[in-house]
Amino acid sequence: MAHAVPGAHGHDHAHQFESAAQQQEAAALGMWAFLVTEVMMFGGLFLAYAVYRSVYPEAYAAASHHLNVTIGAVNTAVLIGSSLTMAMAVRSAQLGRRQAIILFLILTMVLGGVFLGVKVYEYWDKYDHHLIPGLNFHMDGPYAREAEIYYALYFCMTGLHASHMIIGMGIMVWLLVKARAGWFTASYYTPVEMFGLYWHFVDIVWIFLFPLLYLIGRHH
Amino acid sequence: MSSTHHPADPSSEHPAHAEHTGHAGLVGHGAHIASLGLYFTVFGILMVGTVITVAIAYVDLGVMNTPVALAIAVTKATFVLLYFMHLRWSDRMTSLFIGAAFVWFGILMLFTFSDVVTRLVIPFPKP
Repeated sequence: MAHAVPGAHGHDHAHQFESAAQQQEAAALGMWAFLVTEVMMFGGLFLAYAVYRSVYPEAYAAASHHLNVTIGAVNTAVLIGSSLTMAMAVRSAQLGRRQAIILFLILTMVLGGVFLGVKVYEYWDKYDHHLIPGLNFHMDGPYAREAEIYYALYFCMTGLHASHMIIGMGIMVWLLVKARAGWFTASYYTPVEMFGLYWHFVDIVWIFLFPLLYLIGRHH
Repeated sequence: MSSTHHPADPSSEHPAHAEHTGHAGLVGHGAHIASLGLYFTVFGILMVGTVITVAIAYVDLGVMNTPVALAIAVTKATFVLLYFMHLRWSDRMTSLFIGAAFVWFGILMLFTFSDVVTRLVIPFPKP
């Protein structure tokens, strides 16, 4: 009760919960429920990807060759790095280390920013090479029209993923402000932990997107 | 302000750890705080997995290229889930929720492909 966390109403848990542990448990379960719905949303795109790939495998391989594996791999490493710094931010919160939370949130934002910057470059490169369906798509070879399906899915999937990251960057700004104000302590850090789950989920999506989009048919 | 801990909390490395033995494995109060070494080990495994998945993509494994790539991705995702997302120390309800997501995705794929693979593929119309 003596816990004077701004915004936590002077308690370490809200009145409808029996304890702070129960409150945290409820928040975590709610976050996981949200992530399950996220699996459903991305799942639809993965399904569309799988169906069209099963029908036009050669076209997928041909279209995928226009992506740069090195750039994709480096960006994968950057995103995994941001997951590490996010895990460190949560750990710092568990230990009640305010300065460390701020530091690791900033590092996570920097790495997320690098990933998005590289993504912008890749999108620009696709525009430059006339690979944007509905805008300027043009590809030579026998699989041009089928390849357009691949690129439509490429932009939907990476676009939905990137929009999640942009939203995540916004939430991190909010977390930074609250961390600076001393909101988070060793006994209350739920927002940091819940955001960590979100950020790691986004990382997992990319772990699947990278091989499925960049690495198909490379051995030919 | 940030350094003031709850009076009941031992304000050291393991806040509130002993208080909630009945809630062992929950996040938050009584949460397991993983060591730095563990996080860096998981990070290392994820990096090695990324290198392997790129390297193996250039090896001709016939029809096995995609299953191998997916197996590596599933392994990487499992490490993220277990350690970065603390599933290793979470309760069964959390596992149930995650399991529900996978079951749902399995139904989506299974039922769709049971249709797709039993159809005649019509060649893409050429302009």
